[in-house]
Amino acid sequence: MLSFETLSKTYADGTQALSAVTLDVAQGEILALVGGSGCGKTTLLRLIAGLDRPSAGRILLDGEAIAEPRADVGVIFQEPRLFPWLSVAENVGFGLSHLSAFEREGLVTNALVRVGLGGHDRRWPRELSGGQQQRVAIARALVTRPKLLLMDEPFSALDATTRASLHGHLLALWGESRPTVVMVTHDVEEAVTLADRIVVMQPKPGRVFDAFDNPLARPRDRLSPAFEAAKREILRSLDRSLRDEAPHQQKAAETAGMWW
Amino acid sequence: MSALGIETAADEQGGPARPRPRRAGVALAGFALPVVLAVLWEIAVRSGFANGRLMPPPSVVGATLWSLAASGELFTHAAATLWRVAAGFALGAAAGTLLGAVTGALPVARGLIDPTLQALRAIPSIAWVPLFILWLGIFEASKVALIAVGVFFPVYLGVAAAIQGIDRKIVEVGRVFRLGRLAMARRVLLPAILPAWITALRSGLGLGFMFVVAAEIMGASEGLGYLLVDGQQLGRPDTIIAAIISFAVLGKLADGLLVALTRPVLAWQDTARDKL
Ligand SMILES: Nc1ncnc2c1ncn2[C@@H]1O[C@H](COP(=O)(O)OP(=O)(O)OP(=O)(O)O)[C@@H](O)[C@H]1O
Ligand SMILES: [Mg+2]
Repeated sequence: MLSFETLSKTYADGTQALSAVTLDVAQGEILALVGGSGCGKTTLLRLIAGLDRPSAGRILLDGEAIAEPRADVGVIFQEPRLFPWLSVAENVGFGLSHLSAFEREGLVTNALVRVGLGGHDRRWPRELSGGQQQRVAIARALVTRPKLLLMDEPFSALDATTRASLHGHLLALWGESRPTVVMVTHDVEEAVTLADRIVVMQPKPGRVFDAFDNPLARPRDRLSPAFEAAKREILRSLDRSLRDEAPHQQKAAETAGMWW
Repeated sequence: MSALGIETAADEQGGPARPRPRRAGVALAGFALPVVLAVLWEIAVRSGFANGRLMPPPSVVGATLWSLAASGELFTHAAATLWRVAAGFALGAAAGTLLGAVTGALPVARGLIDPTLQALRAIPSIAWVPLFILWLGIFEASKVALIAVGVFFPVYLGVAAAIQGIDRKIVEVGRVFRLGRLAMARRVLLPAILPAWITALRSGLGLGFMFVVAAEIMGASEGLGYLLVDGQQLGRPDTIIAAIISFAVLGKLADGLLVALTRPVLAWQDTARDKL
């Protein structure tokens, strides 16, 4: 289980990116984080990944506080972040250096086929499109079979078709080894498609605004009325989270109106 | 799906081959101007329009080169020059890489060492010559030291800048995969600075050839620079031009060798590759 205990992060320049976030994520759960720009979603993911240290509070993964990157945690960043000097296959196999070349090759080939890039093993990252690069990054994170998978808008650079097919791949993989998944997304439809629970965050300072349990059973039909209803509920909450954020701005507008 | 993938991959590989004839054509076009000028000068001198004493025609320069080569003199001089450049380059590049790495990686070292080196860099390197001669004598050591100084600075600056410019985002990927210090250096940092390091080595090598001329002009009994001075003192412009041409050829060959040796490790780069 993954849990955040009054987690806060204040950056060196005084920006309060997260303030007292408390949340539990069950083993094998897919949690989606949605929220307006700058509400600390990436910050939260970086803290879980062990890339940054919280200013206060802590993150426990199976009872252990996370202080640095862990072997059983996979990360997919907002950008592909491939190593340009490694071939596609070498990029995917980057985290498998402890295996024999033979074992590694098998896993890498398999992972590439799963993201729809079979046969591209020997190309350079620069020869791939942006979406293909992101798919290589996804394969690189999945090939190590992490217990906890962190994804920061992994599909936002992809077209709708590729995205839908990767949703399918991700769910298939998740079905096999049931990792815990924490994913950031801007796309409410994506959140409802994939997640068991959807957390709406609010900016300045970043905090949890609301959380929804997804009532839909898998596989989910995007065209069903229930899907639409769930989507609408979250959109409404998102809307409120952004309005609540700036009550003083509204007031400023009113005074401005009086002045005119 | 995979068949499609293979097709596109093959397409990519076949891609760069196509423009090659055109590139060769461009390279040949570059020869047109000097060849035409040389031929015109040859005609002008032969037909008596110009006298060619101060600027000998290509045929005379060619004959001089040939006789220098035939007597083995050219080889002796070129070998002496190359040895000096090689020794100076090795020393300067090693020192530049080492200090560049240290100051690039450690802010403390940067604060301590970099200002001094920047100040030293402001000194025109030829100004060191009298001091080097006093310290190291008039023979090889002082020449090699001067060349090493010339090579040192571009390498030092290039390596330090490359290390500071490493993309933090890609280092983070290394951290996510829990690379230790050594593995991080070998698998991420080193490959990341490799292109800039090689560029720095190339400009260092170029400066090495510049400084070997200076060192040899100021006093040597052999070397292509000596050939320059010798030609001047004997009033033989053909010898001077022969030496200049030899310098150009050697410099180009050395640079080409460096590029060829490093080509395999830079195969992943596209833009820089085409500029070389
Ligand atoms: N390294 C940093 N130093 C200072 N402030 C930062 C840093 N990184 C992020 N911030 C600030 O922290 C806040 C949260 O940023 P974060 O990147 O977590 O937002 P986000 O929810 O991921 O936004 P987006 O949806 O646009 O990606 C923002 O106000 C941002 O300006
Ligand atoms: Mg973000």
